[in-house]
Amino acid sequence: MVDAAHDQVDFVPPAEVGEMELYHPKSWLTKYVFSQDAKVIAIQYSFTAIAIGMVALVLSWMMRLQLGFPETFSFIEAEDYYQFITMHGMIMVIYLLTALFLGGFGNYLIPLMVGARDMVFPYVNMLSYWIYLLAVLVLLASFFVPGGPTGAGWTLYPPQAILSGTPGSEGGILLMLISLALFIVGFTMGGLNYVVTVLQARTRGMTLMRLPLTIWGIFTATVLALLAFPALFVGAVMMTLDRMLGTSFFMPGIVQFGEQMQYGGGSPVLFQHLFWFFGHPEVYIVALPAFGIVSDLISVHARRHVFGYRLMVWAIVIIGALSFVVWAHHMYVSGMNPWFGFFFATTTLIIAVPTAIKVYNWVLTLWRGNIKLTLPMLFALGFIVTFVNGGITGLFLGNVVVDVPLSDTMFVVAHFHMVMGVAPILVVFGAIYHWYPKMTGRMLNVPMGQIHFWITFLGAYAIFLPLHYLGFLGVPRRYYEMTDTSFIPQSAETLNAFVTVIALIVGVAQLVFLFNIGWSMVKGKKSGPNPWRATSLEWQTATTPPGHGNFGPTLPVVYRWAYAFGLPGAKDDYVPQNMHPDQVAIGDTADLSGTAAQPAE
Amino acid sequence: MNIFRQMMVKPWLTEQGAVVELLDERTFSQPTPKIGLRLFLIVVAVFFSLMLSAYIERKVFSDWNSLSLPWLLWLNTAILIASSMAMHYALVNARRGQIDGVKTGLSAGGVLTFAFLVGQLLAWRELVATGYYVSLDPANAFFYMLTGVHGVHLIGGLVAWWRTMAKIRRGQDAVQVRLSVDLCAVYWHFLLLIWLVLFALMLLT
Repeated sequence: MVDAAHDQVDFVPPAEVGEMELYHPKSWLTKYVFSQDAKVIAIQYSFTAIAIGMVALVLSWMMRLQLGFPETFSFIEAEDYYQFITMHGMIMVIYLLTALFLGGFGNYLIPLMVGARDMVFPYVNMLSYWIYLLAVLVLLASFFVPGGPTGAGWTLYPPQAILSGTPGSEGGILLMLISLALFIVGFTMGGLNYVVTVLQARTRGMTLMRLPLTIWGIFTATVLALLAFPALFVGAVMMTLDRMLGTSFFMPGIVQFGEQMQYGGGSPVLFQHLFWFFGHPEVYIVALPAFGIVSDLISVHARRHVFGYRLMVWAIVIIGALSFVVWAHHMYVSGMNPWFGFFFATTTLIIAVPTAIKVYNWVLTLWRGNIKLTLPMLFALGFIVTFVNGGITGLFLGNVVVDVPLSDTMFVVAHFHMVMGVAPILVVFGAIYHWYPKMTGRMLNVPMGQIHFWITFLGAYAIFLPLHYLGFLGVPRRYYEMTDTSFIPQSAETLNAFVTVIALIVGVAQLVFLFNIGWSMVKGKKSGPNPWRATSLEWQTATTPPGHGNFGPTLPVVYRWAYAFGLPGAKDDYVPQNMHPDQVAIGDTADLSGTAAQPAE
Repeated sequence: MNIFRQMMVKPWLTEQGAVVELLDERTFSQPTPKIGLRLFLIVVAVFFSLMLSAYIERKVFSDWNSLSLPWLLWLNTAILIASSMAMHYALVNARRGQIDGVKTGLSAGGVLTFAFLVGQLLAWRELVATGYYVSLDPANAFFYMLTGVHGVHLIGGLVAWWRTMAKIRRGQDAVQVRLSVDLCAVYWHFLLLIWLVLFALMLLT
């Protein structure tokens, strides 16, 4: 079909435009530490994000220990529990997932996949990582200040976030706000790079509609983040001023311990609007890269073109746009005008349409594909199932009448952990199993990966399916303990203990993954340049791992989209994006007539 | 727009997939740093519009006590307009290839910006002296915050201005510094626009 059908394409000279002046490191320090190479920055981002993510994992263990076995552990007080909740949520959402998807995968994959030597502003890109690291360190520092980290909940709602009854109101909340502001400054520097690189530094022939969906996902998510993070920044600046200088942006008149505080005239709901104007797009900042990556994993490991590529791109863009008009569905219980609730419920349900299109297209990509149950494919399939699960409970919660009774119960916890916790993390794992060979030149160990997948996947269901049920029973979220509550049956406690045991097992299974990463770097099977026989440009580099400047002396020229699998007449079942049309056919006997069926949209 | 036309392409079809028709690898023909700056300005615009929407939302309540703006702010506004014009003068000269005009324009623009920042600080002092403390009232808090973040953005601009001046001192000619001057001018015009909107909103009470 497509490419084999070209009889003759004029010779295209190697790109003369598009070459950029590369910064060449002169010392070990500028090559591996203060590096301006996007690949090194990507690895720095990834390691930092995974390290801080492990802290958040341990915090979730602590919470589960308390919930599963209340009044057993003397080292978990109520204050500690609130601090664990807050830090677990904030770290996982922002410092792990956002940083890993955009800073990690974005930095590694964007230049390689679009055929660029590096990001367009490498120095700013380097600064981006170091400011991110600073943000992480400031956040970690809050564990060691008097009063500990903030326990305000990851949403940091004022007035309680800065009042003295909340743990961490001395220093913890300030460090949290400063760390968030730093993160946003750092992210903006990186984000400008990702967007402008995709727009301006694509190699010859790499049109927008030939980009792999991974790039579309990361690109759109970055645009969302650039537009959404300022809301959190504004909220953080104003709350810092409230806490430090005694202004009243968010603080109403308050009597505390019988004394009138000096605050007055501020609006706590204003913070909720700012927070969720950031917070809802944040869901898609995490989900869109996952969508994109999963499309590519499925396509490569099922040896089939992505079904409805153009619709997939548009769906990503439409989901991104819609994500800015649904934020108040997080605030149904804030006392808003019922018409507001009606509006936001409607927009929320509309988002299900492009999302459902994506799910259908993934399934139709698999349909009659040559499915290989490799590790990346297992994780991709796990993602689709989990995302559908979490998405459907989202349809329940998007309706005001269903949300009001379920709000602040474990049902909500189960919903968002499924849809933006487990689902994106499965994609992170799938992506690491997929691209690790390119980053190191070695394959990850398969038996270890199987153990990791099955424990993580089944374990996640054993943890979060029961939480839905607990939510229906009325078990509230954010409660330190529930022992003597009359409407909670005894069986709920047994279930909680079960969930805790599974959570510990799933957590330990992640150590298998970390061990695999280290072990395979030394002992793993050599992968060669293109072990998955994929088409996109990162697999066609001159060296593996790719060297400084990514490609050889000349940049690749792109002749087709990234999904040229199973072309009739081609000598292989895949045709790389940069293979010259004259080299595609096996010989004169091949069918070059172009009469083969073309993929329908 | 071009970008939408590009998104209508069906990449799997032979005729639209032909490489000969699709040589242009850039989405925009402008130089890359200009695209970067525009994108950054969009982010800054979102930032200020969120602050302003918070400001307007708070302002509509009946307990809002406006503070009486010092007359100095009018003078500061004039200075900022002048600095923006000086930056534009530098840009026009850079386009004509006259490095002396670039120097004059840039130097004047920088000095006037410093003057504006000093003027803003004096205005703050005047307000504090008359008892408009930051924590006294939401109106005061918004005034100090909005003028403060605007000033911080100008200081950021002065870093870019300083680097451009250093290029000229190293002997680069008008063609070499043209892009830098262009970026400075766009940024200054943008911050002037932000200031005019802020000032107008603060006057309208």
